Amino acid sequence: MELLMASAIGVMTAAGLYLVLRLRTFPVILGLALLTYAVNYFLFSTGRLAVNMPPVLRNGVETHTDPLPQALVLTAIVISFGMTAVVVMMALGTYLTARDDDVTLPPEDSTEREGGA
Amino acid sequence: MNHWIIVPVLLPALLAAVLTLAMRYHIGLQRVFSVAGCVVLLAVALGLLIHAGSGAVEVYELGNWPAPFGIVLVLDRLSAVMVALTAVLALVVLLYAIGSGWDARGSNFHPLWQFQLMGICGAFLTGDAFNLFVFFEVLLIASYGLMIHAGGARRLKAGVQYVIYNLLGSTLFLFALGTLYAVTGTLNMADMAERAAQIPFDDSALLRVGAMLLFGVFAIKAALLPLHFWLPNTYAEAPAPVAALFAIMTKVGAYAILRFYTLIFGPDLGATAALIDDILLYGALLTLAVGMIGILGARRLGRLAAFAAIGSMGTLLIAIAGFTEATTAAAIYYAIHSTLAGALLFLVVDLVRERRGATAGALVPGPRLAQHGIVAALWFGAAIATAGMPPLSGFIGKLLVLDATRDMAAVWLIWAAILVTSLVAILGLAQAGSVVFWKTTESAATAEAAEPPPAPPPALPLVACFTLLGGIVALSVFAGPVTRYLEATAAQLHAPAAYIAAVLGQG
Repeated sequence: MELLMASAIGVMTAAGLYLVLRLRTFPVILGLALLTYAVNYFLFSTGRLAVNMPPVLRNGVETHTDPLPQALVLTAIVISFGMTAVVVMMALGTYLTARDDDVTLPPEDSTEREGGA
Repeated sequence: MNHWIIVPVLLPALLAAVLTLAMRYHIGLQRVFSVAGCVVLLAVALGLLIHAGSGAVEVYELGNWPAPFGIVLVLDRLSAVMVALTAVLALVVLLYAIGSGWDARGSNFHPLWQFQLMGICGAFLTGDAFNLFVFFEVLLIASYGLMIHAGGARRLKAGVQYVIYNLLGSTLFLFALGTLYAVTGTLNMADMAERAAQIPFDDSALLRVGAMLLFGVFAIKAALLPLHFWLPNTYAEAPAPVAALFAIMTKVGAYAILRFYTLIFGPDLGATAALIDDILLYGALLTLAVGMIGILGARRLGRLAAFAAIGSMGTLLIAIAGFTEATTAAAIYYAIHSTLAGALLFLVVDLVRERRGATAGALVPGPRLAQHGIVAALWFGAAIATAGMPPLSGFIGKLLVLDATRDMAAVWLIWAAILVTSLVAILGLAQAGSVVFWKTTESAATAEAAEPPPAPPPALPLVACFTLLGGIVALSVFAGPVTRYLEATAAQLHAPAAYIAAVLGQG
């Protein structure tokens, strides 16, 4: 199971980084989502991998799994979910305003008004 | 338990909710409540600053859970100084935003502003590593909204870049925290410091990996070369008051480096001793050089101010890289100065842009500005503060840094870099100032004479700018008491035993 977890995290991180480097908003967002999945699995594994064990110590229970990483993963999922929603909205807004989905900024046009609204 | 410690986090959080729910469409009411909130925050922050001056480390246990199990907020001198700095900056820049009408150019400026303050204050106060991540996210989410305030294609695009870069940084932060948790089995910073010290050197490889990953995250926030690429576009394209508030955001990264590498991975910890010192020092020297050369090479005022922010982070990180009491005190002094000076520069740049019409921020001769003399004087003051010339506090800050780094091995390199880049900055700022304020086009002046005189611009932005300049002057005049306080702060940072004892309840 260790090998499966480790390779899953590695493959997702690699795929996520590759997609982020595509520099188009849609692949970049997918890449960020993959990276957050990878980091969630990684956080799970920081409490050591254990199967079929209760997360709290009770009477009559000899072994238990670490409950803290599960709470951390929950927080991380909520935050990454919100962040993905924000970046999707911003990317959509950019696409509709600038009419392209390139992440890089175009070179500055000296006649364009900077910083104004 | 001192309940005032949680006020800098709770007050902006509650206020932001009230602003959103109860007065969403009333910009006037929002302004009143937002300013009132900032005034109260400032009063509380100053109270905490005086309170922390006694040297005691105050711990606030959330939900009354004892330290390694519950989340704690910790108030020591460094936290108090940074929270007070945040409160001063937030109030003055908010006044500018209101006076210049920036806050009315899009919706929800004030709630986002308060959430941003909540995140920044929380990051400075928390004593829990995962909680630090959460507060980083709070301040980042608010900053995403503020960054694209008032819209525009270029700003949105720069905003998307900024979000993507910071999401990658957050992912890295989680990887670092996971590694550290796997090694030490705790997320409380004081507890982590104790457990890291117990790990034998031969088993500490993962600890070093975690420490380096964490350093990478904070280096992104602090815009250390080569991780600074997000900063110029973001700061140049952000609305001016937001860019001015962002002057404290890079300091959050510097603060986190200072906190983690004195408390947890301190010089006494064999496994990570001198792990980042050299990388930080040479990275900071490059950051300084690139920032100041960027000032010289910038063709627009917004980018000039952004590169000035990078350059000031270079000087600050050089001082931090020393990791001695003297260099830390100098670093904190320079952090206070560079926050005020950086914010002032962004605001003055905005004053110029707003008054120049079509030429805006481009460094080409333009029309004569309304209130030409006052804006030029402000530019002069901001330039002196940024370049670090006497009589303002930039000079004292750089002098402190030069003096404190005298015992370091690379002293000649540091002195040469700081002194030469100061000259480069003076050249760049003087060049920009002379183009904007002296080479005014005649045609615009005659055209202006024919038109009816425009309504005089509001005075509040100028008041805000002069308040910031006054803050810099006060920092120079009261340099004696301030440095004494900061020396005590540095001494407290470099003796983490008291911090650990206070948090873990052994004190």
